[in-house]
Amino acid sequence: MIKTELLTKKFQLNKKNPPITAVEGLTLEVKEGEVFGFLGPNGAGKTTTVRLLTSLIAPTSGRAWIDGLEIGKNDQKIRETVGILTETPGMYDRLSADKNLTIFARLYRVKDVSGQVSKYLHMLGLWERRFDEVGSFSKGMRQKLAIARALLHEPKLLFLDEPTSGLDPEAAKLVRDFIEELKSEGRTIFLCTHNLDEADRLCGRIGIFKTHLITVDTPEALRTKLFGRKVVFHLTTVNPAWIGMLKEIPFITDAQNVDNKIMVSLKDPETQNPVIVRKLVEAGADIQFVGELRHSLEDIYLQMIHQA
Amino acid sequence: MDRIKTIIDKEWAEVFKNRLVLFTVTLLPLLFTIMPLVMLSTIKTGNSTNLPSTGSSAGFAQTCGALPEQDCIQILISNEFLLLFMILPVMIPITIAAYSIVGEKTTRSLEPLLATPITTVELLAGKTLAAVIPAIVATWGGFLIFILLLPITGISNAVKAYITGPTWLLAIILIGPLMAVLAANFAVIVSSRVNDPRAAEQFSAILLVPILIVLFLQIAGVIVVNVQLVLISALGFVLLDIGVIYLGSKLFQRENILTRWR
Repeated sequence: MIKTELLTKKFQLNKKNPPITAVEGLTLEVKEGEVFGFLGPNGAGKTTTVRLLTSLIAPTSGRAWIDGLEIGKNDQKIRETVGILTETPGMYDRLSADKNLTIFARLYRVKDVSGQVSKYLHMLGLWERRFDEVGSFSKGMRQKLAIARALLHEPKLLFLDEPTSGLDPEAAKLVRDFIEELKSEGRTIFLCTHNLDEADRLCGRIGIFKTHLITVDTPEALRTKLFGRKVVFHLTTVNPAWIGMLKEIPFITDAQNVDNKIMVSLKDPETQNPVIVRKLVEAGADIQFVGELRHSLEDIYLQMIHQA
Repeated sequence: MDRIKTIIDKEWAEVFKNRLVLFTVTLLPLLFTIMPLVMLSTIKTGNSTNLPSTGSSAGFAQTCGALPEQDCIQILISNEFLLLFMILPVMIPITIAAYSIVGEKTTRSLEPLLATPITTVELLAGKTLAAVIPAIVATWGGFLIFILLLPITGISNAVKAYITGPTWLLAIILIGPLMAVLAANFAVIVSSRVNDPRAAEQFSAILLVPILIVLFLQIAGVIVVNVQLVLISALGFVLLDIGVIYLGSKLFQRENILTRWR
């Protein structure tokens, strides 16, 4: 659905200074139906990337295709194909919610304008307030309206730039649930976010980006790549001799005693855990729980950004 | 064309909720219509010694021909009202266009708008027409009311014939729209460089200066507005319109708008 090859964007702000590189050599592929998380710090170039991929700005070099359409050559067609939720909702405050959506439905040449407007106003719980001026809406309502606007023409590909930024937990959950719903409909979603928990929950793959793409993979694969896999055995008491015993098992790369828990580094816990459990029980250990230690996406993100 | 109509519809729905714009589009034309009617009535009832000194020139003689002095003075005064009318097709588009562009910038609604399949030409045409159409309607409407109410001023048939003659008609029907196009496009260009509707309006109001210069030159008797001057001005406005539309379309590029118009 999205394919880029060495996509680069530089901004020449004035003639005196050299150009500023916002995006450098981005090569990426996002498949149809995938929810792809695009993570990066402020000023990393995420919004510039979205603008490039929605044909709002032209690349300095490199190429990109959206649903087979090349940016710079099929810009109008690309804009018909994609939906975008910009970083700031940018609604017409003096106009009603209904009027705001009607205008955009007409600009996208939606066939059943009133039907689509009504569908999304209902879906996002804004129907009762449809004739109110958007200026009177809360931040969450404005964000929901902006999402509705991005969906009016039923795009196959959706770009969401910080969809839950600045929302209270309830509104953020509502938006997240709605994204889950879109995901289940099989839409391709390119999600720019700072909310790492959100990316972890929603995205099949994530890309960590800071002017250039640092890494791309599933959150699980990144965890394994960076931290390996660790299993924690909660015991009633820990005999220090058991640590030595475990370290002698060839597939265990490391074993440590941490607060009456034994932490073991493994490559394949699914097949290796039963062996360890048997050994510990045979040695007389009382096992209370066994669980995998999961590093948060935040750990991965910070590690990657610092390495970059 | 339907996208242009949508933009016009959007602009009007939004812009006419602004009281300043509403005042400029409705009350200003009414004021500029009533004021000349009152003045013409006053001049009619006065005597020649109370009339303003106008100076004399070849143009003045050419305009007046063999008309009596009072009629001649009324014609000359009416020319000043004509220039007053010509302020409308400049003021109204500036007020609307300056607000419409800067308004988009301040509410950050330009990016979602530009992300739609609308072409730059459609967007620019929609925004320009949304400013030009009310200006033309207000100018022509004001002039129509002025013509209909002329008989109550009691002016002579010669003056009536002059006001409904080629000088006024060409100015109102031909130059009015040309000036409106110039003002709307100029306001769009100005608003691309500022972030405040008031600043855009004030800077765009520079377009009023040439009208005021012509007004003062006429009061001083240096020039007289006649068919020849109107036609020459029309040609000049056509060239200016072409230039300003070209410049506007060059500046009004998606990338510039998003990355430079802040």
